Amino acid sequence: MPEPQTPDEAISQGGAGAPTDLAMEEGTSLEKNPGGPDGTGPAGKPRSLWSDAWRDLRRNPVFIISSLVILFLVIISIWPSLIASGDPLQADLADAQKGSEPGHPFGFDPQGRDVYTRVVYGTRTSVTVGVCATLGVALLGSVLGGLAGFFGGWWDAILSRLTDVFFGIPVVLGGLVFLSVVTSSTVWPVVGFIVLLGWPQIARIARGSVITAKQNDYVQAARALGASNSRMMLRHITPNAIAPVIVVATIALGTYISLEATLSFLGVGLKDPAVSWGIDISAAANYIRNAPHMLLWPAGALAVTVLAFIMLGDAVRDALDPKLR
Amino acid sequence: MGRYVIRRLLQMIPVFFGTTLLIFLMVNVMGDPIAGLCGDRQCDPATAAQLRSEFGLDKPVWQQYLTYMGNVFTGDFGTAFNGQKVTELMGTAFPITIRLTIVAVVFEVVIGISLGVVTGLRRGRPVDTTVLILTLIVIAVPTFVTGLLLQLLLGVKWGIIKPSVSADPTFDELLVPGLVLASVSLAYVTRLTRTSIAENARADYVRTAVAKGLPRRRVVVRHLLRNSLIPVVTFIGTDVGALMGGAIVTERIFNIHGVGYQLYQGILRQNSQTVVGFVTILVLVFLAANLIVDLLYAVLDPRIRYA
Repeated sequence: MPEPQTPDEAISQGGAGAPTDLAMEEGTSLEKNPGGPDGTGPAGKPRSLWSDAWRDLRRNPVFIISSLVILFLVIISIWPSLIASGDPLQADLADAQKGSEPGHPFGFDPQGRDVYTRVVYGTRTSVTVGVCATLGVALLGSVLGGLAGFFGGWWDAILSRLTDVFFGIPVVLGGLVFLSVVTSSTVWPVVGFIVLLGWPQIARIARGSVITAKQNDYVQAARALGASNSRMMLRHITPNAIAPVIVVATIALGTYISLEATLSFLGVGLKDPAVSWGIDISAAANYIRNAPHMLLWPAGALAVTVLAFIMLGDAVRDALDPKLR
Repeated sequence: MGRYVIRRLLQMIPVFFGTTLLIFLMVNVMGDPIAGLCGDRQCDPATAAQLRSEFGLDKPVWQQYLTYMGNVFTGDFGTAFNGQKVTELMGTAFPITIRLTIVAVVFEVVIGISLGVVTGLRRGRPVDTTVLILTLIVIAVPTFVTGLLLQLLLGVKWGIIKPSVSADPTFDELLVPGLVLASVSLAYVTRLTRTSIAENARADYVRTAVAKGLPRRRVVVRHLLRNSLIPVVTFIGTDVGALMGGAIVTERIFNIHGVGYQLYQGILRQNSQTVVGFVTILVLVFLAANLIVDLLYAVLDPRIRYA
């Protein structure tokens, strides 16, 4: 029985003492007193990379601040009406370019729409693009790259050349070419484009990481014991090779949000009925001399969002890869 | 060395054709290459058919690509929408963008590496923390926002620079646009140099150099910096291609008539010849920069030899 349990642990784990929770708590109690008396596991069992990383993260103020900001962004992107009661599309030209006034803290945009409401509703676009594109890129990239690293051979050779091809295309340029023919005003063409051009980055990292993990003794042991390819991949390689992918994907999430805004700024990302910070900044850029507030608020929101994701990625990397510190 | 270069050149061939084919497909299959030729109106069917056969657009795509590539290798990049040769457009656009890229790379090297060395040697001190936070902010604020803000502050509010540059800008006109173009990469160079310096500062050869009484300056510049620069050089090398392609945003903000401007016009007017031509050159620049970076390794680190 892992008997010694501190009170705060019991609270955080919810059902303390329930038999089903014991297996789960094993990691936590070991972590609190490594090498301490423990009935179930071998004494002094080293912490796993993940529990070690989690312990570092909980103490890192950068991680706490950035995840709080991200949590806030996610909540208002799901329920924007929580903090903004207006309609982001409601326009009154009489209000165009007006500054801040009661009830409209950020003023109005060139069409007389409320900047505050549009900034709040724009969160949804940015977060959706960032999360969906990152999920797509991470899935496609790690599957293709991981298989290439695991099997090697001709598939690996083709994939490496293919990633070289995609790396040769400047991203903004590719976006202009690819998205200029799209007329839809939803986020999906942008997400599709980012996945199309983003996967090689993750594929390279996943490939390298899988090749490193493949050479480990425990994988050789599993092979010697007759484990199937799929079992080796899922049970032994994936958990040990996925850390770099997670780090790069988190940082990439921030840059994808920035990319969407850049493409919208150039007029090929999202198109006008959509609410996006990039569109608003682009529209405000023409009036920057007279009414800079129309540009500063969406630009500030964009910067804070991107910064939060990049800082989160940075913190996660520090925790997962202590060598870099 | 010679054999290595030849092998690398051979490896570049499939990448070159793959990338250009991809762009060619994007432009010619997804867009309609003749849509821009009748102005804002729709081409009438007879004219459209005639234009198609004139430009060989009724042939299968692979045949079009081969014809195009054949022309490219004889120096014929086709004709832009206004009857100008694409090579002429390149002749005016590339010098401007190259100037802009040089300014940007100089900023990256001078400011980025100096800040990286300073912070790498003083890790955990206030300088280090301040610079790290600054780099994070620079990375987080998209280039077009940085550009617009600098234009607003320096150009409009304080009148230090002209908000847009002349048709054939000189280096000093391009200082601020170059800084904007470099900004994100500058932050990455700083962080990369910092990590690399900090890692190598604990190396045995540095301790030896200090122990045998070399002045600190010499230890840092000759021993530490030279060994720490390899990842930084890799980054800057691959960044040259990205800078030239990414100049599209900066050139738009400061109204610079370089490669980005021509490409933007080409895309806006659906002129496939201009777009594919410029991208082909950019891809070549990118590949050449990568090759040069690999060869520079041997200069920086004599332990690396090419068979």
